[in-house]
Amino acid sequence: MLRFILSRLLSSAPTIFIVMTLSFFMIRLAPGGPFNLERPLQPEVMANLNAVYHLDQPVWKQYIFYLWNVLHGDFGPSFVYKDYTVSELILQALPYSLVLGAWALLIAVFGGIALGVYAALRQNSWADYLLMGISALGNTVPNFVIGPVLTLIFAVSLAWLPTGSWGNGDFRHLVLPIIVLSLPQLAVFARLTRGSMIEALRADHVRTARAYGLPARSVVGVHALRAGLMPVISYLGPVAASVLTGSIIVEQMFSLPGVGRYFVLGALNRDYTLVMGTVVLISVFIVVLNLIVDIIYAFVDPRIRHD
Amino acid sequence: MTDIVSSAPAPLKGRSPAAMALARLARNRAATVSIGVLVIVSLICFLGPFFNPHNYATVYQSYVSVPPSLSAYPADDTLQAVMQATVERGRAKLDSFSVSGKSYTATISSEKEIDPRIIRYFDRPDEFDGAVIKETSADKLSATVEGHVNREYFLLGTDRNGRDMLARIMVGGQISLMVGILATIVALVIGVTYGAISGYLGGRVDNIMMRFVEIMYSLPFIFFVIMLVVFFGRHIALIFIGIGAINWLDMARIVRGQTLSLKRREFVGAATAMGLSDWAIIRRHIIPNTIGPVVVFVTLLVPQVILLESFLSFLGLGVQEPMTSWGFLISEGASAIQASPWLLLYPSIFFVVTLMALNYLGDGLRDAFDPRDR
Repeated sequence: MLRFILSRLLSSAPTIFIVMTLSFFMIRLAPGGPFNLERPLQPEVMANLNAVYHLDQPVWKQYIFYLWNVLHGDFGPSFVYKDYTVSELILQALPYSLVLGAWALLIAVFGGIALGVYAALRQNSWADYLLMGISALGNTVPNFVIGPVLTLIFAVSLAWLPTGSWGNGDFRHLVLPIIVLSLPQLAVFARLTRGSMIEALRADHVRTARAYGLPARSVVGVHALRAGLMPVISYLGPVAASVLTGSIIVEQMFSLPGVGRYFVLGALNRDYTLVMGTVVLISVFIVVLNLIVDIIYAFVDPRIRHD
Repeated sequence: MTDIVSSAPAPLKGRSPAAMALARLARNRAATVSIGVLVIVSLICFLGPFFNPHNYATVYQSYVSVPPSLSAYPADDTLQAVMQATVERGRAKLDSFSVSGKSYTATISSEKEIDPRIIRYFDRPDEFDGAVIKETSADKLSATVEGHVNREYFLLGTDRNGRDMLARIMVGGQISLMVGILATIVALVIGVTYGAISGYLGGRVDNIMMRFVEIMYSLPFIFFVIMLVVFFGRHIALIFIGIGAINWLDMARIVRGQTLSLKRREFVGAATAMGLSDWAIIRRHIIPNTIGPVVVFVTLLVPQVILLESFLSFLGLGVQEPMTSWGFLISEGASAIQASPWLLLYPSIFFVVTLMALNYLGDGLRDAFDPRDR
């Protein structure tokens, strides 16, 4: 088991390195630069700015310079948010995204699994069709439709909840963003769980468990669920990464100060270091969460370990 | 010698896996309804503009954000005010105004002589057309003008720039469906080629190629799209190439996995033993067996791609005005939800119905090609 974890850990370091390299050169290839403003700067000012941020150097030199700094934990200054380093900006924004994402993920995973198991146990009943219909709807209605509609109903008409912003971390501000963020994922988890549970409930070992006269609770909750959760677990990694690191759209819709907006703004403003910072952050999240998922997987399914 | 009359039964007709799958699909009610829905939506989007009098880019300044209605605009009771304003713009006074059917009669007067060129003002609002001066009084201080009233139907209302929503939904649907299909084809071509090569060659090549896919998975893909859009500009063709270019990863994995497991199956071994060439085996035995999961994946990829395009539109990175897409219309409508809810409602209905149909069709295809769950 330890060997398995170590080997997975070793192989993820180069992944992050390659992602970093790819995105570094991609964003440098894009036309325009961080200081190409609508009102052009004087050439001298431009030259000075470029010199300060090492933009006058060849790209490969900048790359080595950047890599060296990153290895020392320095992600550089932001080009657009002057006086802030990228690390400061991201560390400021990350807690908001994490709180929002953690809630959304919890609701999506547990809600989705519960609904999926329920639907699987009542396969082809009206409850099953209803749940799957709603889940199909949740999967197709974009969250920038769900968001405004829920806001109109609960924030504007009924005035139960605030329309946006973080408030002082008051939970009421978070209810709508969490719902909007978790709903599409909840729908996917419910569908996945239902599909794999239906298969698992027909598996030989579940039939055997039933034949031994085990109570339904342990047949379903232990023997079937263990097999039925496999696809859910494997889907968990990428979803967790995207939900935890902030949904650009939900943050923009409810004007929340999370990481997501730096991503789009950074790319549009050619804020090279900020974009790189967010890319590295998100890919680290993806890699680490996938690693965790793999480990969970190996625990649940011993066949993986010995492969 | 007596002729032996051959009464042997006609040779058994084998049914190909694809034919059996299609037969199963035809029995799936949700899937057949979905196919019907998709055909209808496509007909509306691609043929509808020929029957709709409005162009998607025409701006009707008189009808900004008018709600959907089955009766024609303008309503008769608003015409008086419009005519009043029109005549005043021509520095004249409206004495009487009457509408009968499709034509109107207006008498105007002025303190100065009425210049016949005043009729230009009459044709300017979208409501009126074909104005002619019928009579002018002897002192040229008053005149009677006749013309047509333009009756416009906006079945789904107009947007905030005064453009017909029905026309915009049709054109937006063309773009969304085209993005969905073309981007999926891009993903299909890259993914199937990549996956088949990787799976077929196996060994070290397979390792390296799949390692690359794994790395691509760790690249935050929204970043990828944003970079492509920023880099290539916002041309519509580039948007679907960009979207397709990031969605081939799953396809490659699926095809590779299929190829790997098919390579080891008994029927492939049997075919090899019978002396079939590699190409014949791939063509007759491998491809027909990968087509199931691939078709299913493709049907499920189209709605994903349409959804992705709508996210891009929401972020302002999608198609550019006056061109539009469902995602673009929806994100515009979402920002006007309180004042004019129909701007959100109708594009959303088209969007959701199409995506649901595609999803149900995909599910139906999966059940048809993989009937284990039945």
